[in-house]
Amino acid sequence: MNNEAQTPTESQRIVDIVIAGLAKRRRAEMRFRFYGLISIIVGLLFLVLLFSSIISQGYTAFVYTNVALDITYDAEKIDPDGSRKAEVLASGDYDSLWKASLFKLFPEVTDRQKKRTLSSFMGSSAGQRLRDRVLAKPALIGTTERIWLPVDDSIDMLAKGRLGNEDELSEKLRDSQTWLHAMQAKGLIHKALNTEFFTNGDSREPDAAGIWGAVTGSAFTLMVTMALSLPIGIAAAIYLEEFAPRNRWTDLIEVNINNLAAVPSIVFGLLGLAVFINLFGFPRSSPLVGGLVLTLMTLPVIIIAGRSALKSVPPSVREAALGVGASPVQMVFDHVLPLAMPGMLTGAIIGLARALGESAPLLMIGMVAFIVDVPTSLSSPSTVLPVQIYLWADSPERAFTERTSAAILVLLAFLIVMNGLAVYLRKHYERRW
Amino acid sequence: MVGINLMNPWYTDVYPSVDAYYRYSQSKTAAMKTRDTTAMERAYDRDYQGTVGEYTSPNPRIRCRNVDVFYSDKQAVENVNLDIGINQVIALIGPSGCGKSTFLRCLNRMNDTIPECRVTGEIVMDGKAIYGDDVDVVPLRAQVGMVFQKPNPFPKSIFENVAYGPRIHGLVQTKVDLEETVERSLRRAGLWDEVKDRLEEPGTGLSGGQQQRLCIARTIAVNPEVILMDEPCSALDPIATAKIEQLIDELRVLYTIVIVTHSMQQAARVSQRTAYFHLGRLVEVGETAQVFTNPLHQLTEEYITGRFG
Repeated sequence: MNNEAQTPTESQRIVDIVIAGLAKRRRAEMRFRFYGLISIIVGLLFLVLLFSSIISQGYTAFVYTNVALDITYDAEKIDPDGSRKAEVLASGDYDSLWKASLFKLFPEVTDRQKKRTLSSFMGSSAGQRLRDRVLAKPALIGTTERIWLPVDDSIDMLAKGRLGNEDELSEKLRDSQTWLHAMQAKGLIHKALNTEFFTNGDSREPDAAGIWGAVTGSAFTLMVTMALSLPIGIAAAIYLEEFAPRNRWTDLIEVNINNLAAVPSIVFGLLGLAVFINLFGFPRSSPLVGGLVLTLMTLPVIIIAGRSALKSVPPSVREAALGVGASPVQMVFDHVLPLAMPGMLTGAIIGLARALGESAPLLMIGMVAFIVDVPTSLSSPSTVLPVQIYLWADSPERAFTERTSAAILVLLAFLIVMNGLAVYLRKHYERRW
Repeated sequence: MVGINLMNPWYTDVYPSVDAYYRYSQSKTAAMKTRDTTAMERAYDRDYQGTVGEYTSPNPRIRCRNVDVFYSDKQAVENVNLDIGINQVIALIGPSGCGKSTFLRCLNRMNDTIPECRVTGEIVMDGKAIYGDDVDVVPLRAQVGMVFQKPNPFPKSIFENVAYGPRIHGLVQTKVDLEETVERSLRRAGLWDEVKDRLEEPGTGLSGGQQQRLCIARTIAVNPEVILMDEPCSALDPIATAKIEQLIDELRVLYTIVIVTHSMQQAARVSQRTAYFHLGRLVEVGETAQVFTNPLHQLTEEYITGRFG
């Protein structure tokens, strides 16, 4: 038999109360979503601002202005006795070759002052490049050829329009600009990829200064950090989480690790200076000491991330392993660790990315020195990318401004690659159960 | 109350006790309806503290005497005496929180993983106290396997799930041996025909019932002497449950099985002996048919007639 349901008045009243409160709940929800959206937008705006400012200032550093000059390899200037010996050729006056070519190009320049200005039109590496060509192929002597040579960094700035409008230029620069325009009209100017920026070490001359020294320094430092902090951090996390007895001592260790993660990084630099350099006598400014200091700084982060990754492995997996008679070590290494590994690696990579961008502790151990040579070993003096950025940002030459931004771009690219790797590892090795 | 699952008529052939239980619960309900209090009077009223029934076994595999289990200060199991007989299924029943799972986990020292858990008393297997100081839990757990409430296959392939135990214990020498062991275990667990073509697929991709049978296969791959089952069917549907119950009955020939269950029908169907736990105490133990048709303790009677629990 079907009884038509009778709506009880009691429950109708409850529904009315719920409906009456609904609008308020909806408003609260909308408000919260709005706040969230606003904060995301503000965050993105700052990110866009940061990136657009750095990219707009830095992208020009990846190209460099070159001038096509007809160089006559005058035997008198570079090989006066005609012996073609390498040591004689190496000491030749190659700058005079491009100067002669420039004077031929602008015969109207006769004023002594202006001639001197024209003599500084080309960069410091123009003569070097000519010498390298001749040393590689002595048969060039006596011939004439048209080759592309890099201009001086101030001319490069001028060509890129980084020195403001014409009224603000000095007289010398205004002359240079006239010549530049004349060459541009003849098609003798073009911008080529600035290979020197990627292959050179640091220099006082902006046109010869490159990022490669800092990149190798960063790579060596990070290698030391990775080789030490990954095994030590992961082993410590596994021991503390899985095997250590729970007592007062492990509590103390845990509190200390958490505190170390919050210690300002420059303090680790002081520690490195006192212990690694003064006590152990390791070489100053070396990637070895830098890596050790950054290891100390990253270890707590890796340990904390590793422990939380291990904690998140479901207990059913542990029980299953123990249930078939696995020993605790077998349980951890066969079952728990494979599941925790993506989380541990993500934490480790984020810790290492932080180490890559760290400069303060490295200032304390002398990695802030001006170092021209590209480091070749863990003990050779070197600098790292963030410190190189700091050094260039501090230099007065105009061309260093764009190099600073370019170096920041290189550093950001590394960081993005590392964080991307972390995301990839997490996605790729994530297991579902 | 429906005593048997009519969907699976094979129960009635295999388990005569099911019918008995069904009839008993019907008559009990009738007795309660007519308020026939004399029929409900028992030899032991609810205040009786000791264990009713024969807790010893003529051929014990594990002998438990005066077992107490504490979690910090709270006592979870109190003075339990029980023998687990060879090649039979003993069911531990009782309301939630009565200590039956805790007691079960004492039998292969699974409670060791809980730091605040303390076990006193005597649990003897092969003449040796398993809670002795010199006992290594690894061989103990190889001897006393366990199947858990929630199917928990390793997040690895089906093959690896079964091969893991024999491999770590060094039970097989060659790859061929290992493959044979895996196949034999899966066949015994009634899973071989369903998975033989996809041994390399993850075990977690199987259905719930298949996963639980995979866990049973993983346990019997080590060839244990005793299998502990902690509510193995509580997460499964009736059809998967029926398969596992059938499997338990087949495994009884080779292994000694202790099963914790919340389903009295299941206890009646699969077990030869039944132990009823209440608030940490072992209230009554006896032949399954006797416990379900003629319980001696008032608490047992109230529980199986559904008056509490």
